[in-house]
Amino acid sequence: MANTLDQIFVLLSRWIVSLLPVALQPLVGILLSVVAIIAVFPGLFALTTVLERKGLGRMQNRIGPNRTGPFGILQPVADGIKSLTKEDIIPTSADAVVHFIAPLVLVVAVFMGFAVLPMGRNMQLVDMDAGLLFFFAIGASTELSIFMAGWSSRNKYSLLGAMRAVAQMISYEVPLLMSTVAIVMITGSLSLVKIVEAQNQYTWGLPHWYIFTPWGFAGFVMFCIAATAETNRSPFDLPEGESELVAGYFTEYSGFKFALFFLGEYLGMFSISGLGTTLFLGGWSAPLQVLNFVPSWIWFFSKVMLSITVLIWIRGTLPRLRQDQLMNFAWKFVIPMTLLNLIVAAVWHFLGDGWLRWIVCSAILLGVYVIGGRVQMRGKKFGPRSYRYAE
Amino acid sequence: MNVVFWILAVITVLGGLTAVTLKNTVHCALAVTTAFAGLALLFLQLDAQFAGFAQILVYIGAVAILVVFAILLTRGSETPAEGVFSRTWFAGLLIAAAVFAVLGWAVLHSVAALPNESAAPAVTVLQIGTALMGRYVLPLEIVALLLTAAMLGAVIVAMHEKGEQK
Amino acid sequence: MTPLAGYLLVAALVFAVGLAGALTRRNAILVLIGIELMLNAANLNLVAFWRYSPHPELLTGMMFAVFSIAVAAAEAAVGLGLVISIYRHARTTDLDEMNRMKG
Repeated sequence: MANTLDQIFVLLSRWIVSLLPVALQPLVGILLSVVAIIAVFPGLFALTTVLERKGLGRMQNRIGPNRTGPFGILQPVADGIKSLTKEDIIPTSADAVVHFIAPLVLVVAVFMGFAVLPMGRNMQLVDMDAGLLFFFAIGASTELSIFMAGWSSRNKYSLLGAMRAVAQMISYEVPLLMSTVAIVMITGSLSLVKIVEAQNQYTWGLPHWYIFTPWGFAGFVMFCIAATAETNRSPFDLPEGESELVAGYFTEYSGFKFALFFLGEYLGMFSISGLGTTLFLGGWSAPLQVLNFVPSWIWFFSKVMLSITVLIWIRGTLPRLRQDQLMNFAWKFVIPMTLLNLIVAAVWHFLGDGWLRWIVCSAILLGVYVIGGRVQMRGKKFGPRSYRYAE
Repeated sequence: MNVVFWILAVITVLGGLTAVTLKNTVHCALAVTTAFAGLALLFLQLDAQFAGFAQILVYIGAVAILVVFAILLTRGSETPAEGVFSRTWFAGLLIAAAVFAVLGWAVLHSVAALPNESAAPAVTVLQIGTALMGRYVLPLEIVALLLTAAMLGAVIVAMHEKGEQK
Repeated sequence: MTPLAGYLLVAALVFAVGLAGALTRRNAILVLIGIELMLNAANLNLVAFWRYSPHPELLTGMMFAVFSIAVAAAEAAVGLGLVISIYRHARTTDLDEMNRMKG
C-alpha cells in the first residue's frame, strides 16, 4: 500500500502511456512528465507569492495582503489577471528583438533545470549520467538573459542593475560549483539519482544525509550562500534593490513580460532549492527509517518548501550587502573555504569509519573558519551598536 | 542524415554568419552565443555529452559574458564612424572563401575513405574521470597551470596602473 | 554522403565564416569572436572524428576537445584584457587606426 502511494504518479503515467499505440509511447511518456512539471511548479510559485508577502508582512510587523479571499489566498489570481491585462510598453529606443527574447530565454533555461531533479523514487524526468553538470550548465545560461534584459532597455538603471547582477552571479558561480564537488567526490557519480540513493541508507535509524557530516554541513552553508546570491535574493539583491535602482534590470518591463521574469526568478529559487535538497538533505529520503511509509515525493516537496521558507525568512531579516562587500566575500572567503572543504572531504574518506574522523574534520573546518573570519575582520572598526529614535 | 542534424547545422552556420555581418556589436555577441549553443547541441548529437555540457558551461556561461563585458567597457555599442568592415575586406573574404573551397574539396574528395556509422559509444563520466587522472594527467596539470597564468595575466593587463588617470 | 562528411563540412563552413569575420571586421572584439568561432569549428571536427573512429572508448577526441575548450577560454580572457588595455591607451578599438607600433 505504501509502495503504491509512493509510486502513484509513475504508475499513472505508465497506465496512460499503455493506452496509446506503441509508436507514440516514448513521446507521450516524456510529454506527460513535462506537462506535470509545467503544471506543478507554477502552482507552487503562486502559493509561494502568498507565503512570501504574508510572511514578510508579519516579519515587518504588518499584515500582508488580506483582501482577496480568506487570508489573501487568492492574491496570485489577482496578480495574474493584473499582469495579463496590463499594457505591454516597450520604450521607443529599446532594442525590440532582444527586449522580447530576454524573458523567454530565462524561463526556458529555468524550466530545463527541473529535468534532472529526482522528485521521488523513480520520479525524475531524465536520468542523465552527468546530471549535475547539465544543471549547472543551464544555470550559467540564465546570466545572459539578465544581461540582455538590462542592455536592451537602453536605460541607465537597467544597465547598472544588469551589470551588478551578472558580476554577482559570475562571482558566486564558483562557490556554488565547488561546494558540490565534495559531494560528487564522496558519492563517485555526477548523477543526481545516484547521489540520493547513496544518502538513502540508515544507521541506528538516522539517515546518511550529507548535511550530517562536517564537510557536508560546511558545504551546505556555502551552497546556501551561493544559491541566495545566484537567485538575486536578499541579502544579495542589490541588482533589484528597490530603494536604489527602481526595479533594476526589469525596470522597463510591464505586463506579461514582467510576470515571466518574476516567474523565472521564483522558479530559479525552486530549482536551486531542489538541487540543495537533493545534494545535502537527502532528496526524497525520509528523516527516520520508521517514516518510510510516507511517500517519497511528499518528503521532497516538504524539504523544498522548508528551504523556500528559510529563504523568505532570511530576506525579511538581513540587510542588503553592498556590491564590493559581496564580491570580497565571495572571492576572499567563500572560495578558499570551499577548497578547504574539498580537502576535508578527502581526509574524511581516507580516515575510514570511526569517531576520529568526525573530530579531525570538524576541528579543521571550525578552526579555519574562526581564524579566517578574525583575520579578515581585523581591519574593520565596529563600535557598539547605537540607536537613534525619532524624538 | 536526419532532420535534427540539418536544423542544428543551419542554426550554427546562421549564427556564425550573423555574428560577422551585423553592425551592432552586442547583437554580434548574442548571435555568436546561438552559434555556440548550436555547436553544443551538435556535440550532444555526437554522443559526446561531457563535451557538450562543458561547451555550454564555458562558452555560453563565461566566454559570451566576457565578450559582452568587454564590448560595454570599450564603448563598442556606439555605431562607428567609418563603417564596420575594414578597408581590406575583399581580400579577407577571398581568403576565407579559398580556405572553405580547399577544405570542402578535401572532404568531398575523400568521402569514400571516411568510416561509416559505428555503434554509439557508452561513455560514462567515470571513464572520463579515470582517463583524466590516468592517461591525461599531464595535460590536465598543464592546463591548470595555463589557466592560473592566464587569469593572473588578464588581471594584470587590464588593471588600472598606479598613477594613471582613471 | 556519409554523416561524418556532413559534420566535417559544417565545421569547415563555420571555420571559413570565423576566418572571414576575423579578417574583415574593424572592431578588435569582433576579430576575437571570429577566432572563437574558428576554435569551435576545430572542436567539432575533433569530436566528429572521435565518434566515427574505430576505438571511441579511448576518448582521445573528446578529451582533446575539452582541453581545447579550456585553453580557448583562457585565451579569450587574456585577449579581451589586452583589448581593454589598448582601448584605455588609444581610446579606440578600430584595428585600421592601430597601424603603428609607437604609441
